[in-house]
Formats: sequence, C-alpha cells, structure tokens
Amino acid sequence: MGGPAHFSWPKYHDVAHRLDKYPCLDQNDSLANKKRKSMGAFPAWLDTMARNINAMRSQVESALAGHIPAPFTSGNSNPVETVSAGIPETDGLTGGLPRGGITEICGPSCSGRTSLLMSVLASRTAQDEACAFIDGRDAFDPYSAEETGVRLEQLLWVRCRNIDQALRTTDLALHGGGFGLVVLDLGDIPPEVVRYVPLTVWFRFRRAVEHTPTIFLVLEQEPHAKTCASLVLRMETEAAHWVKTAQDFHGFVRHPHACLFAGSLLRTEMVRSRGQPGSMGWPNRASPAVTLELKYHPIG
Amino acid sequence: MAFASIFVPNFVVQAVVRSEPGLRDRALALVEGTASIRTVIGVNESAAKAGVRLGMTKSQAQQFGEIELRERSRMQENIAHAALLDLGWSVSPRIEDAAADTIVLDIAGLASLLGSEENIARQLAEGATHLGLITQIATATNLDAAILASRAFAGITVIPAGKESATIGKVPIIALTPSMEILETLERWGVHTCVALAALPVLQLSQRLGQEGVRLHELARARSARSMVLAQPAIYFEEAMELEDAVAEIEPLSFLLGRLLNQLCARLAARSLAASAIRVKFELDLTCIVDIPIIPDCPPDSPSIYERTFCLPVPMGDPKMLLKLLILNLESDAPSAPIVKIFLSAEAARPRVSQGGLFCPISPDPEKVELTVARLAKIVGEANIGSPELLDTHRPEGFRMRRFAPNRDSADARRAVRRPPGDQHPAAAEKVKNEKHCKTALRVFRPALPATVEVRKGCPTWIAFSGVRGQVVAASGPWRSSGDWWREDAWQSDEWDIEIQSSASSNARSLEQIANTGTKGSPPRGIYRVFYDLARKEWFVRGEYD
Repeated sequence: MGGPAHFSWPKYHDVAHRLDKYPCLDQNDSLANKKRKSMGAFPAWLDTMARNINAMRSQVESALAGHIPAPFTSGNSNPVETVSAGIPETDGLTGGLPRGGITEICGPSCSGRTSLLMSVLASRTAQDEACAFIDGRDAFDPYSAEETGVRLEQLLWVRCRNIDQALRTTDLALHGGGFGLVVLDLGDIPPEVVRYVPLTVWFRFRRAVEHTPTIFLVLEQEPHAKTCASLVLRMETEAAHWVKTAQDFHGFVRHPHACLFAGSLLRTEMVRSRGQPGSMGWPNRASPAVTLELKYHPIG
Repeated sequence: MAFASIFVPNFVVQAVVRSEPGLRDRALALVEGTASIRTVIGVNESAAKAGVRLGMTKSQAQQFGEIELRERSRMQENIAHAALLDLGWSVSPRIEDAAADTIVLDIAGLASLLGSEENIARQLAEGATHLGLITQIATATNLDAAILASRAFAGITVIPAGKESATIGKVPIIALTPSMEILETLERWGVHTCVALAALPVLQLSQRLGQEGVRLHELARARSARSMVLAQPAIYFEEAMELEDAVAEIEPLSFLLGRLLNQLCARLAARSLAASAIRVKFELDLTCIVDIPIIPDCPPDSPSIYERTFCLPVPMGDPKMLLKLLILNLESDAPSAPIVKIFLSAEAARPRVSQGGLFCPISPDPEKVELTVARLAKIVGEANIGSPELLDTHRPEGFRMRRFAPNRDSADARRAVRRPPGDQHPAAAEKVKNEKHCKTALRVFRPALPATVEVRKGCPTWIAFSGVRGQVVAASGPWRSSGDWWREDAWQSDEWDIEIQSSASSNARSLEQIANTGTKGSPPRGIYRVFYDLARKEWFVRGEYD
C-alpha cells in the first residue's frame, strides 16, 4: 500500500489566517461574520480539499480491495424490524416497537403504562412468541393480563423483590435468548433508586438484545437508558371516565355513588426514536403525541 | 443364524476401572474377604507384571510398591453388566445374558442394516470402549461356539460357517467349564483341547461320563443346538460411585457427577433413549459434620440419605446440560453433610424429535430455557418463577405458578407457525374480538397496603396510604366479594374503585406526580382499587389502575 497523500487538516487558526488574507473582509469582524461574508471566496479552497480527500479515499480503497470490499461503507444498514404494540394509535405514532432494541415506557403512577404493556404482551403472545416478564416489585396482575388477551402459558413471570434481582434476572433472560419480548418492570421502584443503575448496565442490555429478534421493554417512572434506548414513550393521564349506572325508580333511592369506572383518557408522547425518519436519534421536545382511550372492564 | 458374543476379560477389575478411569494405566489389585483376611481376587496387567498374584493377602500385595488396592465392588459390577446389556440392545433386540461378563446377541438379518459380521463386531467393540469396557468379540453360526471363541481369543474373531469346530479346536477344555471330576478324568485320558475331546466316540463317552460328557462333546464339536434364553430390556438406568474420601464441596462433586452422567447418557444413547427425569441419591457421612467448616449449621437429626428427583421438561441426552441443571439445583439445595456414595438414575423416554422451520414463532429451545429458568430460580427462588395459572375461584390472588412450558400445551402450538400480523391465535383473537380499545390494567400491591379511610354516608371520602393522601373525587362501590366460608381462610370484603385527588402539600409521591404530569396547574389524580376487610375491619389498597 502506498503512503497516503500528504495532507494536513486545516486548523482553526489556519482558517482564520486564510480569512485574513481576503482584503474584502473587515479584519476586526468576528470569525463567523468573516466566514459568512466570504462564502464566495471559499469554494475553491474547499474544492481542493475535497479533491484531496477523494484521492486519498481512492488510494485506500484500491489498497484494501483484495481484503476489505467496502472499507468506508458503514455496517449493517438494514432497516429495523418493528412490531405492533396492539394499539393502532401508538403504532401510528411510533411505527411499532423495534426488535433488537430497548423501548422505554415512562410515566407516573396511573398513567397507563401497564395497560400499554399488557396490550403489547397480548399482541406478542397471540403470535405464539414466548415472553419474559421481570417484575421488579411483584406487581403483575394475571387477571388483568388474561382479560387483555395475554396467553399466560406463553409468559414467564419472574417475581423479584428488589432492583438487584430484577437486573440480574433480566441479564440472564436476555442472554438466554429465545424470547420474543422481555419486559423489565421498574414502575414501582423510585426513580432515585433506578438512577443509580450504571449506564454500563444499559449498554450491556442493549448489546445483548441487538441483532436479535427480541423486543426489550422497560417500564419506569423516568427514562434512564439514555442513548441506549431506541424508543422512549412518555405517558400521562388526561382524564378518567365514570359512568352513572343507577336509574331513579319510584320509591328507590339512588346511591350517590352508583357508578362504574369506565376507563381513562391517556396522552402518549414519543420522546425519542431512532427509527423515525428525521429524528436522527436526538431527543425531540416537540415530538408528536397521541391520546389513547382505555376502557375498563371489571374483572372477576 | 448368526450370533455375536461379547466377553469382558477380567471383568471384576474392569468394573472398578470403569468408575475410576485414572486406574487404567496403573497397577491395580482388587481385594475381597473378611476384615481379618483379605486376599487378592483380581489384578490388571500392570499389577501382574509387577508380581502380584491371585490369592495373595492384602499385606503381601502392599509390599509391591506402587500398587493401587481397591475393594471388589459388586455394585460396580452390576452397573458394568447393565452397561454391557445396553450395548447389546443398541444393536439387536435378542440378547442372552450368558454370564456376568458375557452376553450373546442374535445378529441374524442385520447385514443389510449394519453390514458384515466383522463390521458389527467392530461397532460393538467401539461401543464398549465408549462405555469404558475392553471386550473380546466373536461371531459364529453356533451360539456356544461364539461364546467359547470370545472367551478364548482376544480382539475380534469371525468364524465362517462350517469352520466352528476347526476354530475352537485348540481351545483348552477348561473353557467348556466341566466339573472338577470330569476335568480330572479327561486330563488323565490326555484330553486337553476341544479337538481331542471332539475326536472321542460319543457312545463310549456317554457310558463313562454320562450326559455331562455328551454335552461337553457337543460343545467341543460346536454342534450344540439350543435356543437363546432372552433377557428382558432394563427399564431403568443407574450409575453409582463409592468414594474413598467424603466430598463436601460442589466443585469436586460436579466432576464426579459429570463422569457418572457421561456414562449414563452413553448408555441411554446406546438404546436411542433420553432422560425424562434424573434421580440423585447421596449417602452422607454425618460423622464428618463437625470437621467441615463450610457445611452450614446441620440439625442433629439430619437424615443420612439425600435424595432429589429433577423432572425435565423434555427428554434430554446432553450430559453437559444435565450437569449444569444438577449443579444449579444442588447449589440452591445443598446436602447437609459430606457425601460418601453417589447414586444417579435416569427415567428413560424417547428423545424429543423436532424440526425447525423458517416460519416458526420465536420460542426458546426447551433445553436452554430449562437452564435459564434454573439460573433464574437460583436468584429469586423456585416459587417465584413460572407461568401464572388462574384458578377457578373468585378469591383475590386466585392463581398459582406452574412450570413455564411455552408452545407445548395446545394442539395449535404443535403446528405453530409465525402468523402474519393480522392473523392471531384463536384464543387471543376471541378476547379482542370486536374490541377497538385497549383495556385498563391493574397493578397489584403485594401485600395489600393498609389505608386510613374517612367514610361518610357509607362511602369513602378521604384516604391516606403509603405516601398518598387526598380527597376521593369519584367512587364506585361497594362491590361485596366473599367466599370459602367453610374454610379457615374465608374472605369477605367490600371493594371500591376510587379516584383520588392528591393534596398538593403532602408528600414526595404526589410531588413527583406534579413534576411528571404535563398539567402542572392541577393536582395529580390516581385511580385505585381499595377494599374493606369485613373480618379484620380494616381498609386496604389492592392496587392502582395504570
């Protein structure tokens, strides 16, 4: 392989020095203004730099041609496979839950996180996929799950007592493999405790799940996985629906609280998504949000 | 007609060496007898070269320097014999259990399947090596001739049809196992080999030696005609090991269990079977408890036998996987004393046959999931892992945990294919039929949280529990639930669904809700299920709707 073409990247002071050579610019002006004003003078210089870069690239590619076919091509550029969460509004917002990535569902208590989670479990178990549910505080209700359509025989429920057990069992489940969905429920664990989970743990989880068909879902009050998460959803309650049921009959005193809890109106906001075009993985404060209507059916 | 005879020379020694492969290259002598006099009853080649002879006393044998002395083990001999039978059944369904060290197989008709008689014999020899036995194998058209040849000639002997008497002619008559009297008589006559015995006239022989002489004459001529006495295949597989020194730690125990599992799985594989359950039994040495500091506190009346049975979700034949499962279970439930004897048995079953497909749903391999579940159970406990199964009761928390076994319970699962997104499992599709909205789920508090409730006109109006307090702005109830009145654990409660508006100045939980909700102006609200326990006369919070 021949040596690279002699080339040196221009330093910041070199740029400033070159700008100073242009008599049309005010020397006392700021660098940003100088650059803006001298846009017409730059293309030649940049054009030379671009040609040098292309020449170096061609030289490197020809030298590596027998060993590495495309050294400057990025790795796996296959599109991320997504699956339905079971709720059309959420699917329309997010495009589906990504396989091989971490999805965080955040929100305070009574914000609809668990209901969304049950819907995801129902959709996965309906596809005959085995699911693992790592329950950080043993809060899973099999009756709610069964009512939502979750096939309980497809679900491995791990009932933990503390966050340490939850993280260790999650690691085992992810590395064991074979599950279509792994859920880590930290919804009842205070955020100040979850904040102490090192980022390396989330990186390890992400490495365990990437390039696999497993969906890793984390339920918590605040997002903690940071850049490791492929999708972050925030949920909150807008209103609860109560339906009056008792009628006024002649001679019958209606109970003042003769009503039924009929469901909730929830707001779901997509905070981060790697899969959405244009999102570029940056947190988007002005991200879209949808309103979900959850109905409640009495159990038992 | 074709028979193959497998003979294990020096069987008592080989049985011990099979359980301790390290002794194979060392001088070994077996002793047996009472405590006062123990004599050598078996030696291997190295010990024989060193000068150890049968009949020597133990103390005489110990004078030969580096000689390993072991007690004769009937248990190991039984196990080795069972392994020999398993080897035979791996080739032919018709086996005669001729002696502890000899079996005979009917190999007629196996040529199209296994090749020539020489190939069959070679396959048997290789199988025996895998089981830890060195064998002598002979094939012949006469059953007794095959037995004689296997005992007389080392290696593999193939006797062509019609050449039996010529082949076994030089075999000494002692191989025919005559009585001492007849043996002495024949030796007085100068008859030392089978060919010499076969040359004697049978009529005169019968007059002098009786029917026994006739029998020996037919054996010597390889003309005996008798039917095989078929052995019944064993339905259990067991390996055992007696330890010189008690083992108290998991690491050396795993090494020993691994060796036993290798032998067990080899025997199962020889019969095209797998293990559906593994039974482990340890004999413990309770006298050593005081001296071993790592053993946890042992109650004085600990049993001297430790026995566990591990049922497998699918029949398995991989010794490494079985060892991992055993060790994981033993680490969570270790024996209370050092171990002096190990018994390992397997329940046999047909191995699992499965064919992968391109469109199969994502499901973990049963063997891997069993290992993963064992590892998870070690962390959270066996009772806290599994699939929930709802019970036929209205009792709160009316469910139990059962073994996780995905895609194995329904007929649909046996034909499970990955369904396209719009095509769901019928049971799940039934649940969401005509439903266009998802359902509210409950998060349960285990145990239920005690609550302080203010009640006006029979309805809760204010509640406080576990960091949440506030006004009840909406309530649905009471919904009375009761049951099992005939039992001591009967329940009776009035349930309410309530919506709480947390007071802004109360606590961290509600402040967090304020911080996290978008509507910062209004106080946070939550919907909970509470109940009044009529027996205990107390309020509790069962869960929250999330």
